[in-house]
Amino acid sequence: MNFLLRPLVALATTIALAAAPDERRSGYDIAGPEIRAMQDDDTANPGNLWVLQGETLWGKPTGAADRSCADCHGDAQMTMKGVAARYPAFDAVLARPLDLEQRINQCRTEHQKAEPLAWESEDLLAVTAFVARQSRGLPITVSASLELRPFLALGKQLFEQREGQLNLSCSQCHDDNWGKQLAGNLIPQGHPTGYPIYRLQWQSLGSLQRRLRNCMTGLRAEPFEYGAPQAIALEFYLMERARGMPMDAPAVRP
Amino acid sequence: MVRERSGRCSFSAFGGGEGSTSPTRRRLLFVTAGAGLALLVPPADATEAAMAEAIRQLVGEAPLEPGKVKLELPSIVENGNTVPLTVSVESPMTEADHVESIHIFNQKNPQPFVAAVHLGPRTGKAYVATRIRLADSQRIVAIAKLSDGSFRSGGADVIVTLAACTEQ
Amino acid sequence: MARVLINLPQRAKRGDIMEIKTLIQHPMETGYRLDNKGVAIPRDIINRFTCTYNGDEVFQAELFPAISANPFLAFSTVATESGELVFSWTDDRGQTQTETRQITVE
Repeated sequence: MNFLLRPLVALATTIALAAAPDERRSGYDIAGPEIRAMQDDDTANPGNLWVLQGETLWGKPTGAADRSCADCHGDAQMTMKGVAARYPAFDAVLARPLDLEQRINQCRTEHQKAEPLAWESEDLLAVTAFVARQSRGLPITVSASLELRPFLALGKQLFEQREGQLNLSCSQCHDDNWGKQLAGNLIPQGHPTGYPIYRLQWQSLGSLQRRLRNCMTGLRAEPFEYGAPQAIALEFYLMERARGMPMDAPAVRP
Repeated sequence: MVRERSGRCSFSAFGGGEGSTSPTRRRLLFVTAGAGLALLVPPADATEAAMAEAIRQLVGEAPLEPGKVKLELPSIVENGNTVPLTVSVESPMTEADHVESIHIFNQKNPQPFVAAVHLGPRTGKAYVATRIRLADSQRIVAIAKLSDGSFRSGGADVIVTLAACTEQ
Repeated sequence: MARVLINLPQRAKRGDIMEIKTLIQHPMETGYRLDNKGVAIPRDIINRFTCTYNGDEVFQAELFPAISANPFLAFSTVATESGELVFSWTDDRGQTQTETRQITVE
């Protein structure tokens, strides 16, 4: 860098930090040492059992086309790097965003001529976890394109809208009261950095949609169906809200 | 899909419930006896007495000395379904002086046994780590059987809070 | 076959104490739960784990329903000679899964 520019950049950085300190905290940031240790150690993180399974499925030909993911996409370590950090992403033909699970199933039906995998099935979680693993440490960078704006607006509205018999919005807990205790638990900010997650409560891997459904059931609200446009819009808004935060899938959460 | 049964926590509706496999407090207890015979018995929890009985069966009349056994688990856990636990015992682990086995017990799960591991000089260290389920706040006890036939014990108390609305 | 993760060094010096970590995919169904129709779900757990080193058993565990799903076990063993470590998990149905890892001892 030009030495004349250096002080200017340093000054700009200082101002930016002073003006907008990043108060965002991922589930990992607020987790206790035991959960962090479990997530960080590849042999201790049970999510890696699904990653391993996903790696096998990646290379296995399937469907009427008898093609594997690898036949088109090659080495996932190269080709899938950063991909999960960009989902949900806009599909021009359908004119709406698809989340990663939907994108995987679209590949299956269109290119592999195979049946789509069921939501929360072991195989769909496995392939998703394997793809998401390739984005570990990379910042969330969902698209900011114009055609996605209505979906972002819908997601934001859903996040801020009161729901269910408890009449609470996502925002009331995760924007206004994060860091406080709800019963024995710390309320997180709700950043989807690590999905699919191995949730200790579930003793299994699960998707962001499963987690959202849990939260909605907790509010005594009618949860969105898997793959519902509202669910995808909410996922998209959450990813936008976490823009720039590093991915840590498969994460371990309480 | 398996639903968590009620009874464990009134907060389970706060995003906790679905798919949990935690033991619950109100339940029918199935005891698998011998050759897979299942007996249906009325609700029962392991109690302090049940744990004491299980320990007595292991130790017999031998004195149970505290010390040398270090049992580590988080003092407060957010979720009782997966609690990391480590047991280590001070021992040279030689042919002449080693830990033969470590037995882990609990007070308030449906049954008092958690795990038993068998070690020897080839193990090098008297150490084991695993993850356990805890139905409630309680005391966990580890007992080491030493090669001279004596027993040592160690324990830890753990508070299990209930999963609330932990969106991550 | 269930998925398994095993971590141990590929090489070690004679006399070194090596840490071994294992993780296997298994529901560890306790037998204390009912499904959503009120029918008891039968117990199905891994009840036994063993590790042998060139044929000698160096570690063995008896597990109960209090062990979490996808059981994790970490333990140690002394590096004595080059050869193979065999890990086996046996469940209530009597099925055994076996994994083998090679080690070079210098």
